[in-house]
Amino acid sequence: MGILEFDKVSLELDGHRILNNLSLDFWEGHVHAVVGPNGAGKSTLAMTIMGLSGYEHHEGDILFKGKSLKGLTVNERARLGITLAWQEPARFEGLGVSAFIGAGKPGASVQELDAALELVGLSPERYRSRRVDKTLSGGERKRIELASIIVMDPEIVLMDEPDSGVDIEAVNYIFSVIDQLKEKGTTIILITHSAEVLRRSDHAFLLCHGNLMDKGPTDRMLAYFGGKCIPCTHKNAPELTELFAGKGGAQ
Amino acid sequence: MSADPALERLLASINMHKHNLDGTAHLEIDGNRIIGSGSVPGFHLETDTAGDSVIVRVRVEAGYRFEQPVHLCFGMLPEEGIQKIDMTVDVEEDAAVSFLAHCSFPNAVDVQHLMDARLKLGRNARYSYFERHVHAESGGISVVPRSVISLAEGARFKTEFELLKGRVGSVDMDYSATAEAHSQLDMLARIYAREDDRVKIREAAELNGEGATGVLVSHLAVRGDASAEIYTDLSANAPGCRGHVDCKEIVQDRGRARAIPIVSVNHPLAHVTHEAAIGSVDSKQLQTLMARGLDEEDATDLIIQGLLS
Repeated sequence: MGILEFDKVSLELDGHRILNNLSLDFWEGHVHAVVGPNGAGKSTLAMTIMGLSGYEHHEGDILFKGKSLKGLTVNERARLGITLAWQEPARFEGLGVSAFIGAGKPGASVQELDAALELVGLSPERYRSRRVDKTLSGGERKRIELASIIVMDPEIVLMDEPDSGVDIEAVNYIFSVIDQLKEKGTTIILITHSAEVLRRSDHAFLLCHGNLMDKGPTDRMLAYFGGKCIPCTHKNAPELTELFAGKGGAQ
Repeated sequence: MSADPALERLLASINMHKHNLDGTAHLEIDGNRIIGSGSVPGFHLETDTAGDSVIVRVRVEAGYRFEQPVHLCFGMLPEEGIQKIDMTVDVEEDAAVSFLAHCSFPNAVDVQHLMDARLKLGRNARYSYFERHVHAESGGISVVPRSVISLAEGARFKTEFELLKGRVGSVDMDYSATAEAHSQLDMLARIYAREDDRVKIREAAELNGEGATGVLVSHLAVRGDASAEIYTDLSANAPGCRGHVDCKEIVQDRGRARAIPIVSVNHPLAHVTHEAAIGSVDSKQLQTLMARGLDEEDATDLIIQGLLS
């Protein structure tokens, strides 16, 4: 049994079926990747787990440690130990970096906050008094968001496109944090269409048009990632299913 | 000589002590009574009373540049009364001065604070004024500041009005400024309105000289049954003038907010921008903080604290 389970989860947004009857298991302490082309439903899957506004009314059930998340608000899910790093983190006019990264752990010490900044490669002296606003680049905000997650110390981290909009140095720090979280036993779910990010995972799910097309060890999924996904235009999902059926991974 | 007990109490209301003022220029007014003042070379302070008004004349002598801020504390300790201050500030050429002003009305039930100011900055003069209001929780106060500001060539003017502690009551602010060539004007207001507080801000600036710049910023939170109206009027009238108006108001509960910006450009080489955001707390900000475990109210408070910081 996984720490997080999808039991026949479907979600419609504005009359469009975005997630279609998904049943998935995310194993405790593993790094999972969710891959697929644009519009596959990857980010929606993360937002549905987090219970964000507009994503809370789905069919089927999501279970955390065997208990349904249905009806729980975002902060109630967070208090259980689930959190989300956004593809494009929000800007907060005037809000200080220290206040932001400490938000998930009331009473966190300055040392803890500084240590988290160092882990994401940002100098505490330079950044702790900055604001989480437009004076920070998207990459800096992404690292600061990750620092806030390190301080929070959750059980499950959903990371939506962790490498988008960041430079190579920042990507290395983000990967290093993923490795450290994994070492601590944190379950990580990476939403990505990057092969580099996919390689950080142990296990991956391939989505297309809201359907689970395949799942398996990262090495095998990497083989699909380069070629087999690209022809998918969302109109031929059944054909894709047939294609994967020959590889022994179709659902 | 022992200090006036009212001075001790007024300073205590803003967590200050008289010895903090030693060696600096300062002025303390309780109601319509001057209870303390001090000057330093180059900073000329004259005070008087006329009818029910306190007259304050400040002249900063040309070329004098002060590193330490001038401390002002205007307040009223009784529950009721009217404080009227008529203030003239003349910062002469190449002089630089900053003010740290506290306006404290900790017991106000029915108090009016009326300020009528005229500020004149000479060529290349520097002036900054930080004004922090500390009000009672009763909301029984009316704050009516009026300022007419003129900036000569190369002058820099910055003012910041902060009203975050206690209830606003009613604020009716009216500032107008003219700016000559290469001068800089910055006005910032940060106000947290609650219950049935009322805020009205009118700010007008005419950028008349080549290369003059002006920034008018208003950040407000409006909760409960409070209301806020922000009127800004910024004109860029000469080549190279640059202006920006920024109005952000977070509205919660049954609060109401209006922003009426007028931006005018009267020269093809001038440029003015405007941004306004009025409404509830940004959903993405809110959900980001909730995804760290904060409940909606705490997350909203943190976002508002940031906006008003």
